[in-house]
Amino acid sequence: MSVPKDAGWKDVPKAGRILEPGCAAKYETGGWRTYRPVHVPENCINCLLCWVYCPDMSIQVENGRFKGIDYRYCKGCGVCAQVCPGKRGNKALMMLLDEEAQGAEGDTK
Amino acid sequence: MSIRVAKTGNEAVAEGMRQINPDVVAAYPITPQTEIVQIFSSFVANGKVDTEFVTVESEHSAMSATVGASSAGARAMTATSANGLALMWEIVYIAASMRLPIVMPVVNRALSGPINIHCDHSDTMGARDAGWVQIFSENAQEAYDNLLQAVRIAEDKNVLLPVMVTMDGFIISHAMEVMHLLEDEKVRKWVGEYVPENPLLDVDNPVTVGPLDLYDWNMEHKRQQAEAMIQAKPVILEVAKDYAKLSGREYGLFEEYMLDDAEIAIVVLGSTAGTAKEVVKALRADGVKAGLLKVRVFRPFPAREIAAALGGKKAIAVMDRSDSFNAVSGPVFAEVRSAMYGVENAPKIVDYIYGIGGRDVTMDHIKSVYDDLAKIVKTGQVERALTYLGIRE
Amino acid sequence: MAKLLEIRWHGRAGQGAKTAALVLAEAVISTGRHAQAFPEYGPERMGAPMQAFNRISDVSITIHSHVERPKIVIVLDPTLMSVANVKAGVPDDGIYLINTPLSAAEIRKKLKLEDGKAKVYTLDATQISIDTIGRPIPNTPMMGALVAATGLLTLDELIGDTRIKLAKKLRPDIVDKNIEAIRRAYQEVAS
Repeated sequence: MSVPKDAGWKDVPKAGRILEPGCAAKYETGGWRTYRPVHVPENCINCLLCWVYCPDMSIQVENGRFKGIDYRYCKGCGVCAQVCPGKRGNKALMMLLDEEAQGAEGDTK
Repeated sequence: MSIRVAKTGNEAVAEGMRQINPDVVAAYPITPQTEIVQIFSSFVANGKVDTEFVTVESEHSAMSATVGASSAGARAMTATSANGLALMWEIVYIAASMRLPIVMPVVNRALSGPINIHCDHSDTMGARDAGWVQIFSENAQEAYDNLLQAVRIAEDKNVLLPVMVTMDGFIISHAMEVMHLLEDEKVRKWVGEYVPENPLLDVDNPVTVGPLDLYDWNMEHKRQQAEAMIQAKPVILEVAKDYAKLSGREYGLFEEYMLDDAEIAIVVLGSTAGTAKEVVKALRADGVKAGLLKVRVFRPFPAREIAAALGGKKAIAVMDRSDSFNAVSGPVFAEVRSAMYGVENAPKIVDYIYGIGGRDVTMDHIKSVYDDLAKIVKTGQVERALTYLGIRE
Repeated sequence: MAKLLEIRWHGRAGQGAKTAALVLAEAVISTGRHAQAFPEYGPERMGAPMQAFNRISDVSITIHSHVERPKIVIVLDPTLMSVANVKAGVPDDGIYLINTPLSAAEIRKKLKLEDGKAKVYTLDATQISIDTIGRPIPNTPMMGALVAATGLLTLDELIGDTRIKLAKKLRPDIVDKNIEAIRRAYQEVAS
């Protein structure tokens, strides 16, 4: 349950309790990002270490293969690029300045 | 309709806890409270209650476990005293701000040092702004009665605040007196089934409790806490009325003893009120219009009601069993005099710090307070606004 | 007995003065009267002089201060008379009940109570408890002596109440020995 902007003290749940499960999904943290991970498919071995490490569940997987990055939540921490083993020394995830990378790939919110 | 027994204060409270049959008790021993949880643990061991008894390694953990259990949806209790309450401090505030209806007997004892285990009110008074309802008891009977009522007060939908029920360490906790227990079944029925609001264990309706709450909403939640305390006042009176139907003993926010036509009166909490009543009786026999106001509910503080009861008196002495070291006065005096500010016909008011560290307060001591008040009335002068009663100068 | 009666027990920590005061209060309360029992709590450990108190009345008791002017003083250990001021606050016509092999006259002399206003009772409660219970627990026979000296309870009331109480903790034959101690004390206390 989101608290309406014009709510007063009588309107909000007691003790700051959050009564709606999973409502963190509504809080899109993509705007916190300076750098964004960009996927380079030819270097990806689908090890999915990025999926394991991502703290914001922003790595999307389908049928056991890397599908994309949910930029609505990706804060640009870069852990995915850090752990990516890549192929022959070339990483499958690169961190680029967000503004420069806009539209480079996938969901660009 | 009730069972006349000889019980110490600790025994009386343990019996009350047995009858309440809480879901969870997490406790740690500290004298003079130890006996309460010791006796209660024997009820657990003997299958007299269904309680999950959690033995913890400190009072901080006792209150933490109680908060956890209460958040989960359990009717949860603990008990403590003095330094134990001090060690709980952090979580005492959390219990109140999480709006958990925890009930906790507190056996009033001095905070050390120098090391002391005897009665004064500095423990409970120190926690007076923690957001807990605070109910003081004069004797074992009141401690028992207040404990049972505390459950209903705490769990009322308009309140949902934790409640401390106090009694004076050793003076009441370890003294045997006559008291009346109610029948187990009657108590269980009267206390009722606890229906928690948004419990964590309601897996069909998952909730998050205790999240981060910064300057965006914290103040609104604190305002809610203040409102709950305001709402507690009528609830305390309703519960008292209903308890009177059950027990024949009726309680108010405070007790007025020969106060109606009194010219001089003292305001006092706890066991000393009983001793003072004997003094009032003796003074009345001598034609002195003496009276007494015993504060039962210290939080929420019944300011308006006390002002109404004391308005028109000539001189009032407030008895503080704890000090606020170089504040204007002890904590009770500060409340009472604030309540009287701007009241028409406000009496002269003086403060007495007494009974610190268990110092005995005799009828002679209390008589001397009334004598001081009579002198103030006669001369119209207040010589000392604050007196340390029975101190060796 | 509409008036408030106050009692002070002198004992050594571990001798059962507190228990005796509690037992007395419980027994009095079971007869429909009002009573309090409370010890003085200090840092005392086994053997240290300590005190316990009773208040007894027909009407409810609200006083919660220490007992300062007891009408009755009970001394569980004769050696305490040289350490503790057993006469403190006691009125001239007070009642003393002393566990001692000495006679009441000898105690009067010792306590300088020769004017005869005070009542003095003595009993060798330690010896009685050794004879009957087999251990030096003077508080049980002293209860019997107290009842004989003051009439606070009837002997039957005391025995009945003690039986119920001890039966919760002790074997039946031990309970009987305690009762025997009370009976003997009731007979042997002398003024």
